Amino acid sequence: MENILVLTHADETGSALSKASLEAVTAGKELAARLSAPLTIGIVATDAAAAASTLASTGARILAVSGEAFAQSRYASDAAAAEALCRAANATIVLVPGTSRFTRVAAGVAHRLGGFIDTHITTLGGTDTIEATRWFYRQRVEAVISRSVRPWFLLLDAGTHAAYAGESQPIQIEQVAVTLPALRTTVSGFRAPAQGQQTIRPDAKMLFVAGAGWTKKQPDGQIHVAEAGELILGFLRATGASLGSSKSLVDQGGEGEPVLPFLTHMNQIGQTGSTPRHAKGLSTCCHGEEPHVVGWRFIGDRRAISLDPNCGWTRGKADVVYVADAFPVMAKLNALLEAKKA
Amino acid sequence: MANVLHIVVCAGIVPDPLQTLEPVTTPAGPGLKNEMVLPAVLDPWAACALYEAAALATKNPGSKLWLVSLGPKAKLQQVMMTVAQKVPFELVPIDGPIGGFPDSHATAAVLAETIAALPGLDRSKLLLFGGWESATRGAGVTLQLVGERLGITDQFQGVDEISLRDDGSFEVLERVEGGKHQVSACSGTPAVLGWATGNLAEPRNNPQVGMANMRTIMPALQKAKAAKLEANGLSYVSVSLPKQQRETRVVKDMTPDQIAAELVAWIGAE
Repeated sequence: MENILVLTHADETGSALSKASLEAVTAGKELAARLSAPLTIGIVATDAAAAASTLASTGARILAVSGEAFAQSRYASDAAAAEALCRAANATIVLVPGTSRFTRVAAGVAHRLGGFIDTHITTLGGTDTIEATRWFYRQRVEAVISRSVRPWFLLLDAGTHAAYAGESQPIQIEQVAVTLPALRTTVSGFRAPAQGQQTIRPDAKMLFVAGAGWTKKQPDGQIHVAEAGELILGFLRATGASLGSSKSLVDQGGEGEPVLPFLTHMNQIGQTGSTPRHAKGLSTCCHGEEPHVVGWRFIGDRRAISLDPNCGWTRGKADVVYVADAFPVMAKLNALLEAKKA
Repeated sequence: MANVLHIVVCAGIVPDPLQTLEPVTTPAGPGLKNEMVLPAVLDPWAACALYEAAALATKNPGSKLWLVSLGPKAKLQQVMMTVAQKVPFELVPIDGPIGGFPDSHATAAVLAETIAALPGLDRSKLLLFGGWESATRGAGVTLQLVGERLGITDQFQGVDEISLRDDGSFEVLERVEGGKHQVSACSGTPAVLGWATGNLAEPRNNPQVGMANMRTIMPALQKAKAAKLEANGLSYVSVSLPKQQRETRVVKDMTPDQIAAELVAWIGAE
């Protein structure tokens, strides 16, 4: 019989579980119910008691590693904490949220326990066994995998399960002691992109994708980068959308071409960028496979504004393609959105 | 004062991103159709790691840079013809299977064993670099596993910047959720850094660097050891291309006002 452990950690407040952790709790509950297997939830947090309070209704055994050392997202301390939780739970299946914090350590922990790990899991299926779905070749090939060895760590992609929502109640927690190694790394904080305004919003309903066409010559023979920047930022302000970019647009800065000053490589989607999950996506001035195939894989409802009616990458990938110049369309769109707000 | 670094970059080779990929079943498990004849490139994020490593080695005289790469010898040779012209390095090739379907634990075991046996490597000065994910398997775990096998417990993933200080300590910027960087300080080597894009542009081809590299690359390729990768209980139930094909509505006859109005309705619709 399988023994399931869900590893979780606190969010930046230190006293509540991160959203991705709560999604992993949902996945764990579903899997435990399907396999009739016992469920344990392990928590890494400064104040695990507060973080665990919403888990009472899961009926799971709760293990926790608490303390100031675990306020920081750092390999040495997080790996030691996760290893201790796994050993205490004696789990055969370990579900891990795909956060930057646990993505950094999960493989190392699996190795320490003599186990194996598979990552970017989007679905857990199978009947009597566990079959996990994940993508290969940057979201171009989809595979269903299984493992016969245990413990098996499964790192779940964020946004693939609903976040577990339980009422805050008193809950019994078993504290697990951890012997920390010498800590050579200190986390001093966070730094947002130097360009000022944060344009990456993972929780936004919409992704707005800007392509290299924004910085090319317009019908008057001139380049209008400043206007393009204003139109894009205006749309982001009006809708709260997250901003993605094609690689070619981000790369222009390094090639001495005009750039949109608020874009960084972190905005990049596609082959060497991210593959975000949003309900809707609007691409503008993009002409290539990267944004439409790879970057848009997990976008629900997709529309594009493109001057090229025959763009092979939007055909079959977008739901609607408007063959138009994005400059006047976005200007009108922003005006309408502002008027609607007012 | 410069620090002497021993930088090992782990980098695989991947099909050129513009190639169409079609999964097939082979006697050895899943693979790609015509995989051996698809044009290949150095894994993009690992290539960023290589360029960052070379810049770091240049700034710190006396440092050494190894490029450890696992793949079929013939494909490695093909890719190295281009990569060798970018920056100076010593290639450590491992003759093994290509593609994203072999198990990452098996790959990590082979890489760790190879790195541990590198002649002249001082592990106290080691910076283990690579891409934070590959463009094939994309698991993002191989580098961590290699680090664990080598006993390195200072690891960073999604790195965009490393700033080395005179005392040997360094600051690292790692990508975290919400478009932010986590800022960490580490007291010194050894450490593992899985790179995102970094800040450097791809170096221009330099034929002189290429010729110098190729003098050691060709003998290294000839002597490359063959590696067999264990399955570690991993099995594939199915491997397929995504089937979703959308019925795209192409709108050619609407004015900007009409398009904007339609988009407002779409954005507002739940």
